[in-house]
Amino acid sequence: MVATSTQDLGIHLENFTDFQRQAAGRNLPWLRKIREDGFARFAEVGFPTTRDEDWRFTSVAPIARTQFRLPGKALVHLPPAELKSWQIEGSAARLVFVNGRYAPELSRADAVPKGVAVTSLREQIEGHSDQLSKQLARYAQVERDAFVALNTAFLEDGAYVHVKRGVVVEAPIHLLFVNSVDHLALMVHPRNLLVFDDQSQATVVEEYASLGAGVVLSNSVTELLAGDDAHVSHYLIEREHKEAFNVSTLRIQQGRTANVASHSFLLGGGLVRNNVHPVLGGEGGECLINGLFVGSGKQHLDNYMHVEHASPHCSSRQFYNGILDDTAHGVFHGRIVVHKDAQKTDAKQTNRNLLLSDGAQIDTKPQLEIYADDVKCTHGATIGQIDENALFYLRSRGMSEAEARQLLLLAFASECAERMRPGAARIYVEELLREHLLRFREASRRSGLGTGERNVEEVG
Amino acid sequence: MSLEIKNLHVNVDGHEILKGIDLVINPGEVHSIMGPNGSGKSTLAQVLARRDAYHVTEGSVAFNGKDLLEMKPEEAACEGVFLAFQYPVEIPGISNAYFLRSALNAQRKFRGEEEMDAMDFLPFFREKLKLLEMDEKLMNRSLNEGFSGGEKKRNEVLQMSILEPKLAVLDETDSGLDIDALRIVANGVNALRSPERSFLVVTHYQRLLNYIKPDFVHVLVDGRIMRSGGPELALELEDKGYGWIEQEAAAL
Repeated sequence: MVATSTQDLGIHLENFTDFQRQAAGRNLPWLRKIREDGFARFAEVGFPTTRDEDWRFTSVAPIARTQFRLPGKALVHLPPAELKSWQIEGSAARLVFVNGRYAPELSRADAVPKGVAVTSLREQIEGHSDQLSKQLARYAQVERDAFVALNTAFLEDGAYVHVKRGVVVEAPIHLLFVNSVDHLALMVHPRNLLVFDDQSQATVVEEYASLGAGVVLSNSVTELLAGDDAHVSHYLIEREHKEAFNVSTLRIQQGRTANVASHSFLLGGGLVRNNVHPVLGGEGGECLINGLFVGSGKQHLDNYMHVEHASPHCSSRQFYNGILDDTAHGVFHGRIVVHKDAQKTDAKQTNRNLLLSDGAQIDTKPQLEIYADDVKCTHGATIGQIDENALFYLRSRGMSEAEARQLLLLAFASECAERMRPGAARIYVEELLREHLLRFREASRRSGLGTGERNVEEVG
Repeated sequence: MSLEIKNLHVNVDGHEILKGIDLVINPGEVHSIMGPNGSGKSTLAQVLARRDAYHVTEGSVAFNGKDLLEMKPEEAACEGVFLAFQYPVEIPGISNAYFLRSALNAQRKFRGEEEMDAMDFLPFFREKLKLLEMDEKLMNRSLNEGFSGGEKKRNEVLQMSILEPKLAVLDETDSGLDIDALRIVANGVNALRSPERSFLVVTHYQRLLNYIKPDFVHVLVDGRIMRSGGPELALELEDKGYGWIEQEAAAL
């Protein structure tokens, strides 16, 4: 295998060669091919640079120049007490992955109803699941994105969820990925396959956190398949430590009248990229993309959203709210593609950003590619600071300036919270946000006062 | 409590808006400030609420014997000053009930009183909502979001009745209200009248004063109080307009 990219990918080739020798499913021809194609593609293009249109505002040079290793064979045992606060009350199941590897001793799936499978991907691979070979890696394309290609090369473990036709799972399914890194720079590639058959209903929460202070790259790919008339809520909570790199890709495929809500919360990490790519493949489908990113210090939070209307009569709503302080840098790239036959498409995109300091920065770029002629498609972005008038109003009622600012931050974040369906997952996220914003405010410098919001058309 | 304003001069963006205001408001009194647009009525109201865009260049304001001009907005509020805004702000994401309880508790904390929890707050809130003929469903809606002008003004008076201030400043509370809303707002204000509470009612039109009868009326023109009198002064202005006083002010 020859690396044709000009970058030095030697370490990755080494890793891949080692990996192929002992990975689960190494003797399954279909899986070998998937992994090889993944690596070949990665070797061909290497890590993206800012010359790539989709990475214009985000340099992954720090990732490209780090000599990442895969986690060793030795399992890392975390004391359960470490994860105590990361429990969703009333969840149907919680699968815990430590450094990308399923940790059965920390996991449970006892409250999962009949007709629902919640297991690890590795188990499915080792069990020679027929279902798996038909569905895995059919949707997230390695050609589109180098990180997807890299993840595909190294895919081995993650979550496998399958909800059978008509089954309704009321309680959320919690997938917790914890990285525990101390001195070596580690890379992990969680791969999740979430399959929801026709008319099923479920909620899945994917959460990424890191312990310790070592450098880690978490590069996850989740393929979410929603059958006809399925109703799925997916949550991504990213709250790694400030030295971590976190890249996540959610590729959604929706059937007829399927309804999928994707909520993402980027709260931690030093360099973070979240890709959400739903394809509305059946008529009458609905998709809600609801994102919140909160950055302070030198954090870089990049949200790349690519909605494809591939079928008529589908509707999509995309809302991203960003709060940035200190010298944090946020990016929002909202791509909407309406295919030629996707008549009566109804798409709406809104990005609202709150800058709390002179050094904070947001790049917001809508990108509409419309090939059908009977379509409703709108987009808008605002960039503003804390509203002086609102601040004074709250203070004039007796609230201290600090309390008033806090309340306004919460209010801004709650626009996002309001779009979540009531339930255990929402309660978990709201509490998490409240705590995070409290700490966020305490840690940041005092910011300058602003003069309200302006509307901005297309920037960039 | 009393409010004593002495020779107050206020600048905004380098322009002098208030040119030496003297005013004393004793406990239990209702004072009205009337005047043409641009006379500085709102400026006076906002300065009392401690808006920092307004620079005091000369003079003093004592509230209950304390220096009001040294206070931050939240301190003035906790001391008992309440401003009913001319243009109340909409804040999506904060519910009316949550906001009010937070404000009430901030003030209670300041005074060393026990904070009210959600359970105790609700019946208290409900009672005030009834007084202002406002729908209970409002409790959970976002602060002023989607409210009509009249509903926003009623919400200001609702807040006033919950926070129970010592000095309530109404900044053109009547503008944009139809006669029914006006009646309700006035009822709300009148229900709060007491020997321990004072009101400063800033208004352009005399009409509100038919419902909230003032003890004293002052006419503000071009940053100066040109005339002070009893309620009959308001009727005189209703009759003659502001022209005659504006001429006097121009001659100064």
